[in-house]
Amino acid sequence: MVESVLNIEGLKTYFFTEAGVVKAVDGISFNLKKGESLGLVGESGSGKTVTALSVLRIVPKPGRIIDGKVEYNGEDLLKKTEDEMRRIRGGEIAIIFQDPSSSLNPVYSIESQLSDVIRAHQNVSKDETREKVIEILTMVGLPEAETRINEYPHQFSGGMKQRVAIARALACEPTLLFADEPTTNLDVTIQAQVLDLLNDLKKKFGMSLVMITHDMGIIANMTTRVVVLYAGSVCEIARTHDLFAYPRHPYTEALLAAVPRLDMRKTLRVIPGNIPNLIEPPSGCRFHPRCDYATETCKKVIPVLEEVGPEHFVACHEWRNIRLKGEMTHSE
Amino acid sequence: MSSELVKLRNLIKYFPVYSRGVLFKKEVGVVHAVDNISFDIRRKETFGLVGESGCGKTTTARLILNLIEPTSGEVFFEDENVFEKFRSANKQEKLRLRRKMQLIFQNPYGSLDPRMTVFDIISEPFAIHKHVPKKEWKERVYKLLELVGLEEYHAERYPHEFSGGQRQRICIARALAVEPEFLIADEPVSSLDVSIRAQILNLLVDLQKRIGLTYLYISHDLSSVRQISHRVAVMYLGEIVELADTDELFKEPLHPYTDALIQAVPIPDPKTKRMKIILPGEVPSPINPPEGCRFRPRCPYAKECKEDTPKLVDVGGGHLVACHNVLAR
Repeated sequence: MVESVLNIEGLKTYFFTEAGVVKAVDGISFNLKKGESLGLVGESGSGKTVTALSVLRIVPKPGRIIDGKVEYNGEDLLKKTEDEMRRIRGGEIAIIFQDPSSSLNPVYSIESQLSDVIRAHQNVSKDETREKVIEILTMVGLPEAETRINEYPHQFSGGMKQRVAIARALACEPTLLFADEPTTNLDVTIQAQVLDLLNDLKKKFGMSLVMITHDMGIIANMTTRVVVLYAGSVCEIARTHDLFAYPRHPYTEALLAAVPRLDMRKTLRVIPGNIPNLIEPPSGCRFHPRCDYATETCKKVIPVLEEVGPEHFVACHEWRNIRLKGEMTHSE
Repeated sequence: MSSELVKLRNLIKYFPVYSRGVLFKKEVGVVHAVDNISFDIRRKETFGLVGESGCGKTTTARLILNLIEPTSGEVFFEDENVFEKFRSANKQEKLRLRRKMQLIFQNPYGSLDPRMTVFDIISEPFAIHKHVPKKEWKERVYKLLELVGLEEYHAERYPHEFSGGQRQRICIARALAVEPEFLIADEPVSSLDVSIRAQILNLLVDLQKRIGLTYLYISHDLSSVRQISHRVAVMYLGEIVELADTDELFKEPLHPYTDALIQAVPIPDPKTKRMKIILPGEVPSPINPPEGCRFRPRCPYAKECKEDTPKLVDVGGGHLVACHNVLAR
């Protein structure tokens, strides 16, 4: 039995806006094993980012975590004081954001942004900090780190900025890293470099990684287990291989069939309709208005996660009755 | 009638770069945005143009439509010289040409006027081109809405009431209002959600079948280009490095850049294990592009590629590639 680093149970994060209460994360549960690469996949508004922000307790106003448990190494982060949280953030749990241009501060040099993190968490001298900054920047593949640390973010290209952001996240050797769409703003050849780097660093530090993305290609290549989110709730949790070979939730299946592939031309399945409004989400199963298999029950009752195979969970009333792509057997 | 609808001949666009002087601006260099490209787009085909950011894809689109002045070169539309027509300053002629070529943009949030109803947005081209009598506007707008998969009652609404995918449908309806033959789609699905992208891509394919449109499909997303295009051109730093039929290009890429680009895209299937060439470095500045072959500094096969610029040559069956090493092989 591999121990869990992170165990999220019934997490609810709502945003109290003037237009109404946005249920961005509405009862999400999953766990993360030590050293694992877990994918968190979903479209915009599915609650991927808010889940990560909730774990770090940096949900922006008017958002609030209203219920649930976030256990990190057996301790509930939601019960920690703000001081204790500050030591965990950036020290043990770190996050890389999507857009490095806005997550780096434009008026501070690269060195001061990285040394801030190190000095906030470790008791080291100024010279040692500088050495550490250079070391970590060299490790993320920044050429001429000794001279470039005095430069400012605008002097870096997008790919290099993301490397700096990764270096900042890894400066204190965290045990858990959230990567929130880390390559969405980058060109494909640069994306390949950054993903490769993340994989190397993960092995080197023995980190657990939560990869947040909407790109099924990245999920297939970077993760071993996947959590599929839709409109603030979990539809399916499975090993990556199983998810692609035997998707059990109609949304997962439709999403896979809707993505064009580079290695073949196929008929693209259209998922009808739009992503639901989270102020008044659909009753029952949130996917039912767009689902081909929806029944009366789906309109009324919220489905819960059921175990359908080894490490494979699905929240669908109809999973026994519908046959999706592939066979109904499991890979061992 | 030739089978080519649009022809580009030695098209060049340089943007000057100025130094920040107190009194005088001094030109200190030029951005080689589009540097001597030529290709043909055949009638009723989808021609894909791919490349990374800053390689000149959008500049090419804007040049074809004469939205910006070229530095040199020609564009022919149905054998008419587009730039000459626009320079001739005959308003009727300009409008006639504009009606044949339309553009849809990447961001449907920025390309629709928030203060106009959908009806006003789609009927504005009728007011400009005067090709539809006013009493038929309503009927025509409804027809266009139906064509792009929207409902009649949507006509009275404003853009903010629609989702991204629906807005892109409105943009497509507006472009089709003038009954164009040629539509440039500049990253039409990049800002949309994954489950919505397929809707728009399928709509584009469907419209092509129904009304015989010709597309120039511009994107950095190779998977969608593969899905929708008949032929594809790959751009790198303002130049075309390879051009071929879609299936051939993706199965047997000849240019090392095309190869690396294809291998860099993660396939949504964990069973597909691929050899990975990860390109080192980044795209150099288009202000001082490398001498000789522009891809040379990042190319794993580069030898004596510095001396002269490789030309785009046909290696058989309409497969064009600009690489010294392919010819040597």
